[in-house]
Amino acid sequence: MKNKQRGNNMMWGYIMVGPTILGLLILNIYPFIDTIRLSLSATKAFGAYEFVGLQNYMDMFASTEFWKATWNSIWFCVLTVPVGVFLALLLAILLNANIKGKSIFRTIYFLPMVVAPAAVAMVWKWMFNAEFGIINSLLGTRIKWITDPSIVLFTCAVVSVWSSVGYDAILLLSGIQNISKSYYEAASLDGAGPIKQFFTITIPMVSPTLFVVLIMRLMASLKVYDLIYMMVDQSNPALTDAQSLMYLFYRESFIAGNKGYASAIVIWTVLLIGVVTAIQFIGQKKWVNYEV
Amino acid sequence: MTIKKSSSNILTYVVLGAGAILMLFPFVWMVLTAFKSNFEAMQIPPTILPSQWNLDAFKKAMDSLPFANLYINTALLIFFRIICAVVFSSMAGYGFAKLAFPGKNLLFGIVLIQMMLPSQIFIIPQYQMLASMGLTNTIFALVFPGLVSAFGTFFLRQAYLGIPDEISEAAYLDGCNTWQAFVKVMFPLTTAASAALAVFTAVFAYGDLMWPLIANTDLTMMTLASGLSTLNGQFTTNFPVLMAGSLLAMAPMLVLYMIFQRQFIEGVAMTGGK
Repeated sequence: MKNKQRGNNMMWGYIMVGPTILGLLILNIYPFIDTIRLSLSATKAFGAYEFVGLQNYMDMFASTEFWKATWNSIWFCVLTVPVGVFLALLLAILLNANIKGKSIFRTIYFLPMVVAPAAVAMVWKWMFNAEFGIINSLLGTRIKWITDPSIVLFTCAVVSVWSSVGYDAILLLSGIQNISKSYYEAASLDGAGPIKQFFTITIPMVSPTLFVVLIMRLMASLKVYDLIYMMVDQSNPALTDAQSLMYLFYRESFIAGNKGYASAIVIWTVLLIGVVTAIQFIGQKKWVNYEV
Repeated sequence: MTIKKSSSNILTYVVLGAGAILMLFPFVWMVLTAFKSNFEAMQIPPTILPSQWNLDAFKKAMDSLPFANLYINTALLIFFRIICAVVFSSMAGYGFAKLAFPGKNLLFGIVLIQMMLPSQIFIIPQYQMLASMGLTNTIFALVFPGLVSAFGTFFLRQAYLGIPDEISEAAYLDGCNTWQAFVKVMFPLTTAASAALAVFTAVFAYGDLMWPLIANTDLTMMTLASGLSTLNGQFTTNFPVLMAGSLLAMAPMLVLYMIFQRQFIEGVAMTGGK
């Protein structure tokens, strides 16, 4: 009986995971290997490919447009992640206060998450319009937010932080709410004020959630595409100053048709994300507190 | 003490309120602009309310984009993505959490690898497969990369791991086989997690831009997001039309969010970390 049950279980195990595993093999594992192969190939006529070794990578490393895109992606990270995560933490703490109408605020701050980034970008593009946009009108300036090469990425970063701050705050809020009240009570008895409590209790106890949010934001900003694609169209004079790696990937693969070269770009991006994530995982030992 | 507390409460309200205005303003401005004439939208200084609420921009947006198709395509994309994600991920999540079979760790490794790699690394070969089957510009093309979900599998595996073994053993004693125990007993216990996965899948499918842009290039087969991006190129300077288009694209999700806001926030917060 026991044995039959086990044999039965085995068969059922394969049946249950079968569709997903088959799907992942076809939709992800094969494409992953194929992208590596493509990155070592050149596109020929009639959809044929020819093995060219590391030629695509050599072309890539010799391209100023590629280095500019890499720099833009990293710079976009620097502009969005620290400010965005800090604001999200601040917002989470405010939303954790014992006040009326908290759920209305929560609903409002979360709003950008449920609308398509394409639509969000379009609205901001209009507000940032240099001639008729409301932002220049309110500020009394004539700043070329979207077409000035030295400002465009900053503009995109503002929109990105606006879009993600509520979502990150909700994640951090659930981390803060999991902290046991008894810690704060004990600290109050010991005479610790709210600011001291924040740094000695809240920050260490929420640090695992903070780490998750940080990693998620880093990965998302390194592969940013839709926001910049919608804000900065391909005729924009500031295109090369805003173009992220994934934007360049899209243009090379699906507009210019250089699938081999584009594959090299995406492999490079994955390596970049891998390195940044690894640094974070090494660095976390210094500040993330996993003791509960 | 109470005075100090209420003054800090007032400060909290002021900061949260100012932030809320910043969050809402773009939506308000979108609506106000959508009802203005193009001439009025470009006035300096700008008018706040439209001097005349007119629907010209909506007409123009609907003339140049087949919104009925976009709504249907997006709805079908979301529907099939949710069905696939919930059904296949529940099965696999249950299998990985509760059943023993050789090679389980190796197969779960495949799930983890997919989760760690950004989706763009799969996109060229996925497109080439689709093109070689002659299936571009179909609903299937939109659903294709989301037929199975590694994230959903990982997430629901966690949900099944949280259910004690005694429950499925009781079902076996009552004469259920593995499939019956899964469908009748275990699956109903994960409805909260499945609902969270459904919300996450819907929000992601609705917002995704690169894949629909690549897979379906016929205007009638686009999603709201990819359709909107073509409007962006067509009406670069007619802002009321662009705002009307954005509003039309946002509207269904905004309405759903108003009704199910708690489920949205909890669902997305539960699946957070991806």
